[in-house]
Amino acid sequence: MTGGPLLELDGLSTHYVGARGTRITRAVEDVSFTLDAGETLGIVGESGSGKTTLALSILRLLPPGARIVSGALRFEGEDLLAKSPREMQHIRGKRIAMILQDPMASLNPLFTVGDQVAEPIRVHEHASRRSAWAQARNLLGSVHIAAPERRVGEYPHQLSGGMRQRIVGAIAISCEPRLLIADEPTTSLDVTIQAQYLHLLSEIQRERGLALIFITHNLGIVARMCDMVAVMYAGRIVESGPVRRIFDAPAHPYTRALLESIPRFGEADVRLTAIDGQPPDPAALPAGCAFQPRCVKAIDRCRVERPPRFVVGAKHGAACWLCG
Amino acid sequence: MLLDVRNLTKHFPVKRGLFGGEVGRVRAVDDVSFVVETGRTLGIVGESGCGKTTTAKLVLLLERPTAGEIRFDGHPLGSLQGDGLRAYRRSVQAVFQDPYASLNPRMRVGEIIAEPLVTNERLTADETRVQIHRLLDIVGLPQRSATLFPHEFSGGQRQRIAIARSLALSPKVIVLDEPVSALDVSIRAQILNLLRDLQRDLGLSYLFIAHDLAAVAHMSHVIAVMYLGQIVEIGEARAVARSPQHPYTQALFAAALPSHPDERRDEIILMGEVPSPLNPPAGCRFHPRCPFVMDRCRVEVPTLRDSEGREVACHLYTGVVSAPTGVPAG
Amino acid sequence: MSISRAAVLTLPWRLTSVRIEAQALIPIVILTVLMLTAIFADVIAPYNPEIGTLGDRFQPPAWLTGGSTAHLLGTDHLGRDVLSRLIFGARVSMVVGFMAVIFAGVVGTVLGVLSGYLGGWVDQLIMRLTDTWLALPGLTFAIFLAAIVGPSMWNIVIILALVFWTRYARVIRGEVLSLRERDFVRLAIVAGCSKRTIMRRHILPNVLNSAIVIATLMLGIVIVTEASLSFLGVGVPPPKPAWGLMLADGKKGMMAGYWWLTVLPGTCIALLVLSSNLLGDWLRVKLDPQLRQL
Repeated sequence: MTGGPLLELDGLSTHYVGARGTRITRAVEDVSFTLDAGETLGIVGESGSGKTTLALSILRLLPPGARIVSGALRFEGEDLLAKSPREMQHIRGKRIAMILQDPMASLNPLFTVGDQVAEPIRVHEHASRRSAWAQARNLLGSVHIAAPERRVGEYPHQLSGGMRQRIVGAIAISCEPRLLIADEPTTSLDVTIQAQYLHLLSEIQRERGLALIFITHNLGIVARMCDMVAVMYAGRIVESGPVRRIFDAPAHPYTRALLESIPRFGEADVRLTAIDGQPPDPAALPAGCAFQPRCVKAIDRCRVERPPRFVVGAKHGAACWLCG
Repeated sequence: MLLDVRNLTKHFPVKRGLFGGEVGRVRAVDDVSFVVETGRTLGIVGESGCGKTTTAKLVLLLERPTAGEIRFDGHPLGSLQGDGLRAYRRSVQAVFQDPYASLNPRMRVGEIIAEPLVTNERLTADETRVQIHRLLDIVGLPQRSATLFPHEFSGGQRQRIAIARSLALSPKVIVLDEPVSALDVSIRAQILNLLRDLQRDLGLSYLFIAHDLAAVAHMSHVIAVMYLGQIVEIGEARAVARSPQHPYTQALFAAALPSHPDERRDEIILMGEVPSPLNPPAGCRFHPRCPFVMDRCRVEVPTLRDSEGREVACHLYTGVVSAPTGVPAG
Repeated sequence: MSISRAAVLTLPWRLTSVRIEAQALIPIVILTVLMLTAIFADVIAPYNPEIGTLGDRFQPPAWLTGGSTAHLLGTDHLGRDVLSRLIFGARVSMVVGFMAVIFAGVVGTVLGVLSGYLGGWVDQLIMRLTDTWLALPGLTFAIFLAAIVGPSMWNIVIILALVFWTRYARVIRGEVLSLRERDFVRLAIVAGCSKRTIMRRHILPNVLNSAIVIATLMLGIVIVTEASLSFLGVGVPPPKPAWGLMLADGKKGMMAGYWWLTVLPGTCIALLVLSSNLLGDWLRVKLDPQLRQL
């Protein structure tokens, strides 16, 4: 393995082409970042920001109608865009794994837990059924599921939401991937279950040296789990950098407004700073900076020209004319 | 005191078999009491199965309680029929979580907002139109919204429509069941601010139900924490948020996500899952997961008692404290 | 008591703003042609379908030897022009088909809504009724009723409606059961609306889409049933032309090689049923996602 970054994106753009070529939705546009081994990156965005499309692009699991139109995507030094579908199949699940929001959608109701956890092991490592099941039992223990010998024979519907999400996690780490992409993994979970789960993910990450990408709309998860954060708006990264820096001194007005709009404990009488308007429709973006219609600090240039990324600090950059 | 809820209980029978014999009861809400004062917000917080949604339905008379009573303005609801019931419905309205399911997709926005008026009062078409415009104004939507259909609006805008509709009859209490959970983060502040402004301007009382602790703490004057159908802690929001007493409340607040990476919280990771309301544990329902469980907890149900400015249902605060056994069961 | 204007208005609005793919174009064209044929039968048909010249019996279609352009599709055993009979037969099939489907739809939808929303004994009653009804084999039941009340076009319409309303009731009831739990219905209760108002204003308009789709799919079944009834002689009475009846009559000429007397009306029936099925399928896909978009 080379000494370079684990994952590297350079100007990646993914477009949806609809209505027989007449409508192009720039779901992801010109996204660049690097991720080192063992690092945790949070990708923050609201609906229409393109964060899920970005995750699917990295895994090359895009739905029909979506295509990566430009840019580079390298994993452990290898160009993922040049891989054939078969080669990608060997990478997915084994070297890069993904966890989705709804565990019920990720688990097949017709197969036992054991079968589903064992499946990637059998596919990628060509293990026998017995050996795969033994490993599955161990994995269930690693994700702190009590009585794993009993659970392996159960079906998804017999388990609670939190347990299902942990099983999805077990499936994800079964083949010792280097990178785990988690797309809103805790949105459907209760608060205390979410805490358990995040605790588990941190533990797994520490034990296995896993790199983690969290895709979320919740800045709290970023604060709790991530080293680096990239804020997406209308398909582009508007700010990225170390978590502490961005929380202390956000450079982009959107990031700042987001942080200020979240209710905090101990500030009950403070009026929340709301952002006017709503997130834009990715199929109909305004000219210039996409955030400009809602930005309190917009200047004339923002309405006309889209700002490039300006470096604001160590590894910290924001795409805003006010930073240039 | 506007809404006085006493010993509210709702059990759902579970029937099995060919002839529907009852094999168990889901104790969704068990002996819950609270008060909502004029112009103030009571926040109810809890996780799945705690009974907060069922409580909302009981207050809205969408379900009838198995036991206990609700008094509105001093009058018990149980006996209300006809006019009395209508008067109650006018005074207590609701806004629900999903802005995509709260509005009839076949009706125009103006009709949706005016429906409570049309149902309860005899207004002329002109008077109705005036009211629709007034309500759209209050929630900050343009006048032309009235002729449009719900699918032409975003989630945040639809929630505003739902709020406008809830205000149509000038109610005194609005039950808000997760009003911002389904909205984008940048829109939530807009709606929460709107709700606060309306409370201030119109003297509304809110029953604010949510799982987002920070939002509840921000909006509420009084917070009630529910677990498996019971209130485990209830008191002034500031007090409860600053120093939660019940172990479950402590775990909830500890589990809440930080607002800054350096914000460290005591990690209280609860063991196990939330048990099913079909078969709640004996004694204190929280005892299998409680880090401070004592022998007494497994047997005796704690009642709400005053403690440091709020009420807590926990044996740790009854003055008689036996040595905690420390290791949580299960 | 009127259904919200919006419900009726949005449907054509939706259809006009919807792109009609080739898949739907063909059935729509066919159905439109058939409808126009049925409406303008008097003008289009070259001859009176009910009267024939015995001297001209069993003339083959124009493109075969022995045929003439006087009778493009030949004549039947009574010398009646086949083309004219097919054209007027379209009228019978379309009228009976559409009317029966609409009547069945109204009855089935209303009962489905009542059953699904009110629940309790009303639901039990209607569902047991539906179950019993469904247990009766459709065609046999229709024959039975036809034998009792005697054949006439309107009687057939009513009989078919009575036989097929159950298909609607079941499906609509299922939809209503899930609609009932939706927030906007709850909010209507909270606003103080009566059950009747809720069914009229909130439930009915939202099941209309499904009812329409079921109707389009039912059209084919109803028409085949009508044809079967006519074939068996208990349908629309002669000499009124009906495709099914033409099939029955044509049977007589099969052995003698007069194939056009069966193949032509059979093709018409097949075309109509196929078109309505294709249209129904397409409509189901078009209307459903928008319905689910609630």
